[in-house]
Amino acid sequence: MLILTCPYCGIDADETELAAGGQAHIKRETVGASDDAFEEYMFMRENPKGVHFERWRHANGCGKWFHAARCTMTLEVFGTYEAQTYEPPAEIRAAISAKRPGWSWGSFS
Amino acid sequence: MSNAVSALQGVSYDGYVKVTEQGLRGMITLRGDLASAKLKTAVSKLSGVKVPAVNACAFKGAYGVAWMSPDELLILCPYDAAEAGVAQLSKALKGQHFLAANVSDARAVFQIEGAQVREVLAKLAPVDLSEGAFQLGQLRRTRIAQAPAAFWLKDAGTAEVICFRSQADYVFELFKRAAMPGAEVGVF
Ligand SMILES: [Zn+2]
Repeated sequence: MLILTCPYCGIDADETELAAGGQAHIKRETVGASDDAFEEYMFMRENPKGVHFERWRHANGCGKWFHAARCTMTLEVFGTYEAQTYEPPAEIRAAISAKRPGWSWGSFS
Repeated sequence: MSNAVSALQGVSYDGYVKVTEQGLRGMITLRGDLASAKLKTAVSKLSGVKVPAVNACAFKGAYGVAWMSPDELLILCPYDAAEAGVAQLSKALKGQHFLAANVSDARAVFQIEGAQVREVLAKLAPVDLSEGAFQLGQLRRTRIAQAPAAFWLKDAGTAEVICFRSQADYVFELFKRAAMPGAEVGVF
C-alpha cells in the first residue's frame, strides 16, 4: 500500500484516499507551439524504473493537488511537496540524492 | 415553504454501537483566505468559535467550525439559521474574494455512539483511529467505504459523521453491518 503525506493537511493518506494525476512537471505547449513540441507535451511521458515525480490529489481528504517523488521499483517515497512549483524543491532533490546518488529524471538531477 | 426532512428521517440501529441519523443540520461551506482578519472575525462572530487549526474543529452550543482544507471551513449551525448565516458572512466579507454557500440539504449526519465507536469507524475508513492518533477536537475528512465523509468525536464514546445526502442510505447500511452484534473485533 502506497502512503503519501499530504503537504497541505499533513495527513498520511493511503492510496485509497488519493487520486493519481500522472506525471509531474509537464510543461504545457499551446497555441504557437511546433508540432514536435506539442506531440512531446501531449503524448511523451517518462517511464522510469526508479526515481519518478508524480501528481496526486488528496481526493477523499482536503481535496488539494500535490507532488510526490518516489521510486517506481521499490515504492519508497522520497517526499511530497506543494503543487505551486515548476520543479522539485532542493530538500526533495537532496532526499533523493541521499538514497539514489547520481539520479536523473527529465531535466532534473 | 416545503416541509424539509432529512435523508433518512432519524432512522437508528442498535448494534454493538448505536447508529442514528441526526435529522436536519445547518451547514455552511465557507471558502476564502483563512488567514484574513476579516474572515476570522466574521466566522467567530457568527459561530462563537475561532477559526480552527489544520484538521481541527471546535464547537459552541449549536454552532461549530471545522477546518476542511487550506481555504475552506465548514460551519455547523441550526438548520433554520443557515440562510441567515450565509447572509451574515456575505455581508461581512463583501469586497473580499470568498464563497459562502448553504449546503445543509446536500448532507446527512449520523451519530455513532458506544464504547467501541473507534473500532466501528476503523472498519470503514482508512484512518488510524487509535487514541494516540485520532483525538477529540480533530475532524478527519476521508471516506466511509466508497463514500466521501468526515467525522469527529463529540466525546470518548460518540462520533458524528457527515456524508452526502444522496449516499445516506449506503452509509447507514455500512454502519449497520459494521455495528452488527457478533462483529466485534476488539482492537482498541
Ligand atoms: Zn490533504
